[in-house]
Amino acid sequence: MAASMIGSKVERKEDKKFLTGKGRYTADITLANQTFAYFIRSPHARAKIKNIDTSKAKKASGVIDVLTAKELNEDKIGGLIAGWKIVSKDGTDMKIPPHPALASDSVNYVGDHVALVVAETLQQARDAAELVKVDYKVLKAVVNTGDAMNSESIHDGIDKNLSFDWELGDKAKTDEAFSSADKIVKMTLTNNRLVPNAMEPRASIGDFNPSSEELTLYTTSQNPHLSRLVMSAFNAIHPEHKFRIVAPDVGGGFGSKIYPYAEDVVVAWAAKRLQRPVKWVCERTDSFLSDCHGRDHITNCELAIKNDGTVTGLKVDTIANLGGYASLFATVTPTYLYGPLVLGLYNIASAYCNVKAVYTNTAPVDAYRGAGRPEATYMIERLMDKAAKEMGMDRAEFRKKNFIRQFPHQQCLVHNIDSGDYEAHFNKALELSDYSNFEKRKAESAAKGKLRGIGFSTYIEACGIAPSAAVMSLGAGVGLWESAEIRFNATGNISVMTGTHSHGQSHDTTFAQIVADKLGVPMENIDLVHGDTDKGPFGMGTYGSRSLAVGGTAIAKACDKIVEKGKKVAAHMLEANPDEIEFKDGEFIVPNSNKKKTIGEIAFACYLPGTYGEIKSPLPEGVEPGLKETAFYDPVNFSFPAGSHVCEVEVDPTTGETKVDTYTCVDDFGNLINPMIVEGQIHGGLAQGIGQALYENAYYDETGQLVTASYMDYTMPRADNFPEFRIDYTCTPATSNPLGVKGCGEAGAIASPPAVMNAVIDAIGTEVSMPATSEKVWKALKDKSDTKKKAA
Amino acid sequence: MKAFNFHEVKSVKEATKLASNKSTFLAGGMTLIPSMKMRLSSFSDVIDIKEIKELYGIKVKGKSVIIGANTKHADVAASKEVRKAVHSLAGLAEGIGDPQVRNCGTLGGSISNNDPTACYPSACIALDATIHTSSRKVDAENFFTGMFETSLKKGELVTAVEFQIPEKSCYIKFPNPASRYAMVGVYIAKFKKEVRCAVTGAQSVVYRCKEIEKALNNNFSESALDSVSLKSSNLNSDIHASAEYRASLIVSCAQKAVAGSK
Repeated sequence: MAASMIGSKVERKEDKKFLTGKGRYTADITLANQTFAYFIRSPHARAKIKNIDTSKAKKASGVIDVLTAKELNEDKIGGLIAGWKIVSKDGTDMKIPPHPALASDSVNYVGDHVALVVAETLQQARDAAELVKVDYKVLKAVVNTGDAMNSESIHDGIDKNLSFDWELGDKAKTDEAFSSADKIVKMTLTNNRLVPNAMEPRASIGDFNPSSEELTLYTTSQNPHLSRLVMSAFNAIHPEHKFRIVAPDVGGGFGSKIYPYAEDVVVAWAAKRLQRPVKWVCERTDSFLSDCHGRDHITNCELAIKNDGTVTGLKVDTIANLGGYASLFATVTPTYLYGPLVLGLYNIASAYCNVKAVYTNTAPVDAYRGAGRPEATYMIERLMDKAAKEMGMDRAEFRKKNFIRQFPHQQCLVHNIDSGDYEAHFNKALELSDYSNFEKRKAESAAKGKLRGIGFSTYIEACGIAPSAAVMSLGAGVGLWESAEIRFNATGNISVMTGTHSHGQSHDTTFAQIVADKLGVPMENIDLVHGDTDKGPFGMGTYGSRSLAVGGTAIAKACDKIVEKGKKVAAHMLEANPDEIEFKDGEFIVPNSNKKKTIGEIAFACYLPGTYGEIKSPLPEGVEPGLKETAFYDPVNFSFPAGSHVCEVEVDPTTGETKVDTYTCVDDFGNLINPMIVEGQIHGGLAQGIGQALYENAYYDETGQLVTASYMDYTMPRADNFPEFRIDYTCTPATSNPLGVKGCGEAGAIASPPAVMNAVIDAIGTEVSMPATSEKVWKALKDKSDTKKKAA
Repeated sequence: MKAFNFHEVKSVKEATKLASNKSTFLAGGMTLIPSMKMRLSSFSDVIDIKEIKELYGIKVKGKSVIIGANTKHADVAASKEVRKAVHSLAGLAEGIGDPQVRNCGTLGGSISNNDPTACYPSACIALDATIHTSSRKVDAENFFTGMFETSLKKGELVTAVEFQIPEKSCYIKFPNPASRYAMVGVYIAKFKKEVRCAVTGAQSVVYRCKEIEKALNNNFSESALDSVSLKSSNLNSDIHASAEYRASLIVSCAQKAVAGSK
């Protein structure tokens, strides 16, 4: 047991069930007497609802009820909320339209939830849904992010469709930097809209027990405790102490399952109203239409630069699309998760960021892997690339020249970065990618008729979300601490309760490694319990690369409390002073003696205090029986993972096809608990980031129909789109948590889009927007050559 | 999916006898089942023809390869006889969909469905195939009549396809990045008398590209296509590829096909 588990590539505890098909997801749960629900959704992007006629459907075979806003209002069920208040630069609060769980008088995107059919079978529910007649008055939809402010208001009282006009930074100081700049470099960027595409579509089962008056909701959530809080406090479905939310195995979330959806609210309420279990499983098409989407920004940005290459100022002007309504974390994503990060890992003395958030008749946009930080990184890294080229400087050298070099570093906007060594990972990435021989490879590609390009991206994230005082002062509706409970059983094995939730992150393994190291108990004797509000303490869930830095720290702290208590008990049993007891590898030892007790013996003694022969009780006076400790951890600061990525692409100029030939990343995540799991997280993040750069795009036509509503048209990247990734690390431990960890879940998705795009643009020598599909690249090359021909 | 009656049949005769205006044949089900699940189509009766043994098999006879309608793509891809006789045909089958699709989907199913972006129709046209059905033999050029439309009559079942063996041939697909169906697929087959070029994915139905055929009949080489510029006005345009882009892809796929012909 002496070998440290922290830092080891321990195989995943959860693999056995997942790889043998024994995962138990919400849709796998079947309750006695359950009914099946089907949502009727709006086929129109924008319409008034004149009438909903459910009479025929109600009479159809097997139908139990058809529920609409009318019944929802009868039961006084509240609408969905926006959980983070943003204040505009003129001092006014953000404008939030009502978001009823079933549309009452209008619909605002294709897929908006209109009515629920509940029947004995799914077949019957679907058949009856075809009999519900909704009379719509179709209105002209507002679809494009860039047009929203010049279009008719889609919500009453929200002028220009503008929710807020927010600013960050010192405008006067930034203006001054621009007026004294030697060179100003500007660009306009589009950050394309993405569909999260979790492998498991959303699902919910409501179950009301009339005897205990308990309501249980099984649901696909990254965040069951917060869902319960919101659904109790705001939707008024059921009192929190009688309301249990279970998020069993969940097949991926990427942010899209952080927040309770209308479907969760309606299913939980319907189960209570109808006094029967109600099961709803989202179909893939509905998932495309109604899961919250990600990104969707249009940004104008500019850099002020001195002749020697020093960047002195940054201006960012962004329009962020919120979609039809403001989802729970929609307003923080393009503001506090975005604005403070626009500086990247550069030492820029002044910056000003303005974000206008608009409503359009599209699916709500909320946090998606990286949430704000990919958008910030894409902006600054594309801009730095362009600036280096315009300055005639090497793109690598230009970046290095502007890196932050001393830590802690107070950025000019918000963050105080505790640790890092940016040149270290950048140099390592250059070396690993063999940058010095790039020209040789480019010539080889040219000989085959191909265009080769290289692109860099560096990034910094603010993870370990988040210090409660800091975020609440910025408008958050909750603090973002985390909880843990270590329950020793009398026989020496351990249940670890966490308020985070694992849906692909391998918490069962990573957290067990921490506990194994801290308490000297074998991994197989440690079980992680999460995702059930009845079992563990209240916690804030999993997103924002927070689970290890915040939740892992809470676990480590609870372990420390166990050891502390164990020492008291051991000292008493070994007739020594608690101060002199040492705890190592699962044993409490009196130094310089052969006296020791294992932690298992201590646990046994704590639970069965009456059974010890020579001493009356193993528990010293004033020490309570049992061995169970709870800890809450509220971080003192964010953590700041950073890294450098290098991408090389090869483009076939005849077809525009772009192949990612090599991809190198060197990341600084602080200390690593399980490098194998970290590598898996990087792979997944890169797949999504490269997907955004080259393939993925949620495309609405001018009437607001989602054209890419299936895998026939939405390009999910596949394994053959990627090369073998070259992965390495540097390490500057975080100082904001005792584990020294920073978070790794989102890095790949944050860093890779600009690395890929900078490489594509380097290869073809002209601008192209994301996703750089083969047609767009072909067209960009054709336009370039046509322009040349014209000039000649 | 809506409820239906399910029939499993053992012979072509039994299948055609059961067929009605509201029925469908089920072969591999790779298109039919998703479309039924999404309620885009529904039938009173589904006639499963997978157990009809006489529809399976590959035969090379003289100058032709005859493949039974129920033969799966994976079987065509793995067939040494096919690969030896018409290398490109095995290659085409190998590139359809993914392993699941190739191990369920069938030749007869594919051509009866006649998806405008499917691969097999181009093989039928380029390899001058004859389609054998439960009641007749039809030239491939008279078989594919429009988008998802063929000259099959209600209750008529494809039983086999007879492909002519060319001197050399090649199929090059530029896949749609999302679906991996052909955004453009070009099948070039060089026979003693003529070069045939079939294009799929670019119009509402597979067609012969006369401009390319003309250039290659004069000179079967990549460079013969350098000066070919196709009109885009009659080509498909969608979010993945404009007509103009497709026109360019057809030529570049054709050049790759000429280069890869064997």
